[in-house]
Parts: sequence; structure tokens; C-alpha cells
Amino acid sequence: MAQQAHADEHRDDIGSRFGMWLFIFTELLLFAGLFITYSVFRYKNWQAFHLAAEELDVFIGALNTVILLASSATIAMSITALQQKRKILSLSLMGFTLMVGIVFLVNKYFEWSLKFEHGLYPGSETLVELGKGEVLFFGLYFFMTGLHALHIIIGLVFIGVVFNYVIKDKITHDNFVLLENAGLYWHLVDIIWIFLFPLFYLIT
Amino acid sequence: MSHNDEKPHIIPYKTFLLVLLALLAFTFISIGVTSYNLGPLTVLIALLLATFKTILVLTYFMHLKYDVKMFAILVAAVLALIAVVIFITFLDYLFR
Repeated sequence: MAQQAHADEHRDDIGSRFGMWLFIFTELLLFAGLFITYSVFRYKNWQAFHLAAEELDVFIGALNTVILLASSATIAMSITALQQKRKILSLSLMGFTLMVGIVFLVNKYFEWSLKFEHGLYPGSETLVELGKGEVLFFGLYFFMTGLHALHIIIGLVFIGVVFNYVIKDKITHDNFVLLENAGLYWHLVDIIWIFLFPLFYLIT
Repeated sequence: MSHNDEKPHIIPYKTFLLVLLALLAFTFISIGVTSYNLGPLTVLIALLLATFKTILVLTYFMHLKYDVKMFAILVAAVLALIAVVIFITFLDYLFR
């Protein structure tokens, strides 16, 4: 496709965002199902969940929360910057989102490694000895934060592609719906974390 | 139906900064509150604060306030659906 800053005859930005929102709804339902599973198991094994949740590091969870919230704000601002035709600023803000997104994953790596070192991973002997409630808690912990981390990776790739398009002027101040959609996806990832953090790290 | 030109709405940086500050404040409040053991109240407060944060993200970061009304209505409908499913699931588990 050629650069089409002004070729807007076949464009439907609202339709494009509508498609993104429909996809986001399926994601919300997917995670809602997991949150319900977590809630029911917590209700039925509250003592084990209480003990298991104490194992998680609130500091690293809080750090990752701050990282995600800030990265969400910068990707939102990058749209404003692009609308004002400030391309470099827009790219810098997106670059910040990409950078701290990677920091989030690095933190997750260290967090999980520490759990593995303590023998806490799905199917481990330590976990089986601890009992059924702990198996459920850590099973859900690894599955839900893992699925969330997968979404972070997809979001980073999406924003990376958009970043590249902005450089090449395929996304411009009057044609930026793809940047908006990448932003919407990143904010969804943010919202999921907003619930994961208190449910796994804070409520003990 | 061509709507491409109807939203040159530029949201100022300041709005996003203020929203970010509010989100961070809610985060630290929830960390503070949950460090006290208030029983079931802890869960309620933590989830309530998470809900406030979600509303802020949806309204400002995801532009629902500035976008076509249809998106906000659909999001509300999906969230209502999720709430109903949670409610019915717990009706089952609590009164078994």
C-alpha cells in the first residue's frame, strides 16, 4: 500500500474502532471467566489462599502496577502528540511505553524465577505437599499472570508495528486509527492487571 | 456512513497526567488499606478501588467520554453481563 495520508474514501475509523472494541469484549469475557474461577476456588479454600497469597511480593506487584499505569498514560498521550503533528514526541511517548513494557516482563521473569527456586510451579512436589488449595492458588496465579504476560508481549508487538508505521508516515496526524487501536489494546492489558494485582497480591 | 472527520477532538496532556495521578493514588490507597486486616471489608474496598480505576481508564485513556456514545453503552452492557454472571454463580455457591 502506498502512503495514504489523504486517501480516506474507503476509510471507516469508527468501524475500525468498533472491531477493536468487539475483540476487547471477548478478552474481557475470557478474563472474567478466570476471575470467577478464582473467586469460587478462593471462597471454597479461603485458608489455603490466604497462606499462599502471603508468598507473593507486594513490592514487585506494586512496581509493575505503576509501570503499567504510566505506560498507559504515555500511549494515550502519544495520540495527542500525533494529532498536534509532533511526530518525534509521539514516537518518544510510544518508545517509553515499549521500554517500560519490557521492564514489566523482566520483573515478571525475576518474580517467577524466585517462585521456581522455591519449588513453586505447577505440578511441583512442594506444591502437592502443601495441599489442594495451594495447588489451585498457584495454578491460577501462573495461568492468569502468564496469560496476562502473553497479552503484554502481543501489545508490545502491536505498538512496535505502529511505531514503525509512524516513522514511515503510514500513520499520520489525520489517519491514526491504528495507533488508537493499539492504545485500546494496551489499556485493556492495563485494566486486567488492575484486577490481578489486588486479587493475587493485596488480598491475603 | 462516513464519520471520519467528526472527531478532531484533541485531549490535552494535562488530562492524562491528572488521570495517571488519580490512578496511582488509588493504587497506593488500596495497598495501604489491604495492609490492615479488615476481614471481608478488605476484599470489598480493594475491588471497589479497582473498579474506580477501571472506570477512569475506560473514560479517559480509552476515550469513551469523547467517542461515539455507542461504545460506552456496549461496554456498560458487557460489564453488566459479567456482573450478572458473577452474581448468579455466587447465588449457586453460597446457597448450596
